[in-house]
Amino acid sequence: MANIKENIESQRLNFWERIYLPEIARGLGLSLRQMFRPKFTRQYPEERWTPEGSYRGRPVLVLEDDGERCVACGLCARVCPPLAIEVRAAETEREKERYPEKFEINMLRCIFCGFCEEVCPEEAIVMSKDYELVFGSQPEGILGMDKLLVPVSQLQERLEFLRQWR
Amino acid sequence: MDWIQLAIILIQAGILVNMMLIGAAYMVLAERKIAAWIQNRIGPNRVGPWGMLQSFADVFKLYLKEDIVPLAASRQFHALAPVIAIGVAITVYAIIPWSGPFVTIDGVKYGLAMAPDMNVALLIVLAMTSVGVYGVALAGWSSNSKYSLLGGLRSAAQMISYELAMGLSVVAVVLVSGSLSLVGIIDAQIANGWNVFYQPLGIIIFLISAFAETNRAPFDLPEAEPELVGGYHTEYSGMKFGLLYLAEYANILASSAIIATIYLGGWDILPFVDEASLLGLDPTSVPMVLIGHVVFLSKALLFVFIFMWVRWTLPRFRYDQLMNLGWKILLPLALANIAITGIVLLLIG
Repeated sequence: MANIKENIESQRLNFWERIYLPEIARGLGLSLRQMFRPKFTRQYPEERWTPEGSYRGRPVLVLEDDGERCVACGLCARVCPPLAIEVRAAETEREKERYPEKFEINMLRCIFCGFCEEVCPEEAIVMSKDYELVFGSQPEGILGMDKLLVPVSQLQERLEFLRQWR
Repeated sequence: MDWIQLAIILIQAGILVNMMLIGAAYMVLAERKIAAWIQNRIGPNRVGPWGMLQSFADVFKLYLKEDIVPLAASRQFHALAPVIAIGVAITVYAIIPWSGPFVTIDGVKYGLAMAPDMNVALLIVLAMTSVGVYGVALAGWSSNSKYSLLGGLRSAAQMISYELAMGLSVVAVVLVSGSLSLVGIIDAQIANGWNVFYQPLGIIIFLISAFAETNRAPFDLPEAEPELVGGYHTEYSGMKFGLLYLAEYANILASSAIIATIYLGGWDILPFVDEASLLGLDPTSVPMVLIGHVVFLSKALLFVFIFMWVRWTLPRFRYDQLMNLGWKILLPLALANIAITGIVLLLIG
């Protein structure tokens, strides 16, 4: 320590910088200017934020006019890292033979990684813009088909994003 | 002492204590608002218009909280420390001349100051700020916690170091004004102009020492959150914590009022101007005194704002830097200030 002769404080700073007070006044001026700048706060319950199409919110199932797109292949359940998805398949007489009899996403487990959407061959499960996820109890956090199905018209932005960038 | 006088003193005390309580509540709000503005936020605005009732909600919450005393703590002293802290803070309020006399009862004039003409007022202010150390140090010691003890120790060392510089800068004011009474100092300033013009170095030293005395940033080592959790009030909860917090803000307002009194002319509206004759009023008439009261409060609140502004601008000092500043810079500067003031006064005659 005693041998340091270069780059000591008295060389780096001039007299006015070393007595600090003018520099402190400059700093105070800076923070005073900040006080009159526009605020960044969003008044949440009144002003809500609408995310872009790239936003990964609550995963939902796409609902077409003639029913859900999902064919219950189970890839999403297979790829889901926290094992949040449970699918049970059933068959019908229609052209699209398979449909999910039971489709549950445990939102207490979901990590919003989007793997389910990425792996889905039918574009049947996509991430929505819904970020207001509050549950009063643990069973409420497990979403069934009734809460998961969302009409395709509401998901256009995300579907376009996926077609462009996936 | 007759009964009327006693009643008046009690009324004055009631007004001052309530002023301190409500003032501290709104200073907490102001602190949060100013912090928010400096950080480009809005700050509390949900409880009442502009968050005006936020502090009252907070106090209500503190009352409802469980009051925990650590098992190993010394119960009596743990309870006594907040009382000392707040008691000392209130005592200073009795001395500050918040306004001139404006009510005449039985031929005696009373103002919003309990002991306006006390001839050793400045000494009492200094004495009370030193006794304030006991509250903080005792709070740290009696909690029997390492964080609290370190906070209390730091506070004691810091307050004692800065006490000297503060006292010495006040000595120069006394030299200029020729009085130890706060009203006497204000009168001298009304006659000769504010002390801030004669003591520019003095007000800087006093202000810096006041920051250290009130444990405010950049000298808030006793309650440095990153190192000491809460510092001396780590082990306090409920309204005991509330009292320590209250004492901190009460001390800020008291320090600001003292600075306004001894450096910025107290209730004098403009320096070097005789406002009373300009407005055609008697300086002791009621409207002049009330205007003076408002002026005094605005001066004090300006310094309260500076306290908060500095807190949200400057980073905290390191402990050795704090001691170096106190003993190696402020103390010699304050001594030099006294010497220069004395020599100049001697030369002028």
